[in-house]
Parts: sequence; structure tokens; C-alpha cells
Amino acid sequence: MGRFLARRLLHLGPVLLGVSVIVFLVLHLAPGDPAEVMLGANANKEDLDRLRVQLGLDQPLHVQYLTWIGHVARGDLGRSIWMKRPVLGEVLERFKATLVLTGTALFLSTLGGITLGIVSATRANSLLDRCSAVASLFGASMPVFWLGIVLMVIFSLWLGWLPASGMYAPYGGGGLRDLLAHLVLPAVTLAAASITIIARLTRATMLETLGQDYVRTARAKGLGERMVVWRHALKNALIPIVTVVGVQAGYLLGGAVLTETVFAWPGVGTLVVQGILARDVPLVQGGVLVIALSFVLVNLAVDTLYAWLDPRIKFQ
Amino acid sequence: MRHHLRRNRLAVVALIVIVLSVMAALAAPWLPLSDPDAVNTPSRLKAPGTPGHLLGTDEFGRDLLSRLVWGARVSLIAGVGTAAAAMLMGVGLGLVAGYYRGWPETLIMRFTDILMAFPFILLAIAIVAGLGPGLRNAMIAIAIVGFPIYARLVRSVVLSVREREFVEAARALGSPDRLILARHVVPHLLSPVVVAFSLDIGAKILVTAGLSFLGLGTQPPTADWGSMLATGRQFVILSPHVVLLPGFAIFVIVLALNLVGDAVRDILDPRTHAA
Repeated sequence: MGRFLARRLLHLGPVLLGVSVIVFLVLHLAPGDPAEVMLGANANKEDLDRLRVQLGLDQPLHVQYLTWIGHVARGDLGRSIWMKRPVLGEVLERFKATLVLTGTALFLSTLGGITLGIVSATRANSLLDRCSAVASLFGASMPVFWLGIVLMVIFSLWLGWLPASGMYAPYGGGGLRDLLAHLVLPAVTLAAASITIIARLTRATMLETLGQDYVRTARAKGLGERMVVWRHALKNALIPIVTVVGVQAGYLLGGAVLTETVFAWPGVGTLVVQGILARDVPLVQGGVLVIALSFVLVNLAVDTLYAWLDPRIKFQ
Repeated sequence: MRHHLRRNRLAVVALIVIVLSVMAALAAPWLPLSDPDAVNTPSRLKAPGTPGHLLGTDEFGRDLLSRLVWGARVSLIAGVGTAAAAMLMGVGLGLVAGYYRGWPETLIMRFTDILMAFPFILLAIAIVAGLGPGLRNAMIAIAIVGFPIYARLVRSVVLSVREREFVEAARALGSPDRLILARHVVPHLLSPVVVAFSLDIGAKILVTAGLSFLGLGTQPPTADWGSMLATGRQFVILSPHVVLLPGFAIFVIVLALNLVGDAVRDILDPRTHAA
């Protein structure tokens, strides 16, 4: 296990380096002059030249990258042009909100997906199983932002049960109850597609596992059905499920951008979109880098969990 | 068997929906529809069923039916175009990586690894941030983000095919690489690539609509389902149809594409269906 983890960590270095190069390049190879964008079309040449030197834009691209990555390594993501504040603090503050949202959505989709998948597998071809199949098809075809708006219209505007946007009420809010009330709609919206994917995979894997000889032996020994399903079958079915849950964790981190925009959730996603519209390169760079890094770490965690669940993997 | 038939029947209905949508989108200039961009403020936010406006109007009094039909052109072109571009790039790079191996393979596969280290939509957003908002740039971004899946798929198939006897025989007979690839390797890619492509179009329509919804794709006043949803959002209390209709259009077309994609997979790759 230790060797596996060491090898995975070694592999992480080049990936992180590549991620940083991509983040740097996509925002620096853009057409147009960032200094002109920042100062506006009416700026004079002296001001533009001074800002270019100040930002290091007069240097060759590789020098700009090395300077930037050196700052990033020291925890300095630069200053936001639009907010006039250090990017790191702003991104980390917003990242907490993104983590709360994606964490809750992941919890809901894992719990809901596995439960639904097991029930579908143990009652294959029942009405519930068919409903689950239809829901999975719908889940893969429904735009997440549209689902969010529909839920918002029904539960906030028509029924008035839940708040429509934000993380806390603007006046008198701030408690856990307030947070939970604001969290329900965005978390359910974000989790919807993942629940159906996890449920379908759990169903397929459980059906395969339930047909194995050792499950028949367990039943023949007189074990109760609940024990057979939850204790014996689920444990072996978990390996592919863990992988798909890991993939979904990454998907949720990315998909949060749209959900956050719909519900005005103050996460990194909304910050990045606002940064793009304000042409704030350091802010966008910082936001994208933090989400990409967390995505890479989630993948590492999934691989490690995978190796822990299936000891054969480390020998491959 | 009954299940298979029912599934195919659904796929036939889905195919009819797609054909009708494509025909309507192609024929949009000749259909008796009002100008999708014509502003008519006095008749803004009219409900569906209003005389002259079958599906009502939006916040600028523009006819929603007309905008939905014209928007279908944008969404379908974006979906098919980005999926095709991603497929072409991915197939080309996957062929090179799988057949020639060595440093081209290392370079291509490490590059795809790095691209896949980003959440899909986030990387597309970052690329659009670099290139600037707009439909063309959004499509370029989605194609770039989408090609690694094809590259990996194609490489894995080529890796197994290149070791087969008939390829070895062709090589022994002195056939040039280009001929071996075209005549002996590429035919083996058709089935998996067609399956992946047919399932990919719907996903690409969703991502394009997502970028437009964020204000990074199609720019106003061009009609596009994603941007219609974004601008209509502010009027959702007064006129929910402004938001519900374009979202429903996306949902129906993507659902139809997924059903047809599933059917294509069932036909071309029965093992997946059996699993």
C-alpha cells in the first residue's frame, strides 16, 4: 500500500506541473493585450508600457510562467484586478462554500444512488426499477441549470418552502438551520444527475454480484436476505462503485459552476464566471487552479481507496 | 426480446423527433415564422396561445416559437460540430499514439492525462476565458476538452489491432503505414467511435447550452437555447414559459439523442447491452 501511494504521489508531480502550464497558457495566449484590457481602450502608451513592465508582460512567456509558478508555490496567486484584493484569500473563502455544496451533493448522490441501485437490483424489473431506469435517462439529458430553475420556481416561488438563492438569509440569518435551508435546492440540483448514474452502476454491479456462487452459499447457509445483500454482496460490488463515485466527485466540482450561478451560491464557480466577465485574469487563474488541484487530489484519494478495497491492484 | 423491441420503438420515436428538429432547423428561413430578433416591446412576455404567437413572446416581445426554431440551428450545429471536431482530433491523435508508440504516444497520452485532470466544464470555461466569450470560441473550447476521450478509446483499440496477424502480414508484405492504417486498422475503429460519437452529441449540446447560460457562449441577440434560458431567468416569476420552453427543448433533443445513441450502441456493441 505504501509503495502504491508513493508511486501515485510521484505520478502526481508531472500532472500538477502540466495543470499549472495549461492554466497559465490558456489565459496568456489570449488575443489582445491584458494591459489594454485593464486600462481600457483610451489609455495612453506610457501608462500601458508602465503596466506591462509592472505585470511582467514585457518578459518572454517562459520567464512569465516561472515567475508566476514561483509566486504560486509561495501561496501568492496575485491580486484581483476587479476586487483589488489578494486572489488566494478570496478564492479560499469562496472555496469553502463550494466544498459545502459539492460535499453535500456527493453525500446525497452516494447515499441515494447506492440505496436506489440496491433496491433496483433486489427487485429487478419492478415498477421502482423501471422508474429508476427512466429517471437515469432523464438525469443524463436534463440541463442542470434548467432543473435548478424549475425546482426554484416550484419550491421557492410557488410553494414558498425554501429560499431561492444565496447561502444565508441577508437579514437575521447565519445559523446552521439557515444554511441547510439554503443548501437543499442547489445540493439536490447538483446531485440529481449523479444519483441516477451511481444508481444504475450499483444496480448492474449488484445484479452481477448477487449471481455469484458465494452469495448462493451464503443464502444456502440460511443467512437472512438483508445480511446477504448488505454484508456479503455490497462489499464486493463496492469497487466499481467507488470509482464512479470518485468520477462523480470531480463532475460535481465542475458542475457546481452552473448550479452556483443559478442559485447565486457564493462559491468559486460564480467567482470564476464573474472574473471572466470582468476580464480579471489573476482571479480566473486562481479559481481554476484551486478547483483543478482539488480535482486531482480527489482522483488520488479515489485511486488510494480503490487499492485499499482491492489489494490485487497494488501488484499491477 | 420484448424489452429490446420496446427500446427500439422508443429509439424510433426519438429518431423521428431528431429528424423533425433537424428539418425545422434547416428550413427555418423558409418557414412562416416572424424574425427571431425583431423587438416588439408592447407585446412583451405574452403567454403561449396568444394570437400570432403560438408559444408566446420573450422579454423583448420576440416570438418564442421563432427563436426556438432558430435556436435549434445553433444548438444542433454546436452539438454535432463540437462532437465531430473532438472525434477527428481524438481519432487522429489516438491512431498516431497507438500505432507508432514511442515518444509520440508518451507525448499525446500525457497531454490527454493533463487535460483530463480538469473537470470538463471548468477547462472549457478557462479556454473561453482565454479566447473570449462567443459561440465560435465556446465550440473550439468544447472540442479541445472533448478530444481526450476519443484519443484514449482509439489508442486502446489500435494497440490491440496492431498486434493482430493480418497487420503483421501486411507489414511483412511491405505495405506502407498509411495503407495499413487506412485498410486494416481504421475499419476496426468504426464501431466504437460511432457509438461514442452518437452518445456524445447530446452531451456536447448540454455543455454548449451551459456555456451560453453562463454568458460565455452565444452572445445576444442571437437565438440559442442556453442564452434564452439565461436571459429569461429574470422574468421567471412573471412568465415561467420564457425559461421552461428553451429548457424543455434542450431536454427533449438531448433525451432523443441519448435514446438513439443507446440504440446504436445496442446494435454495434451488443456486449455492453448484455452487461
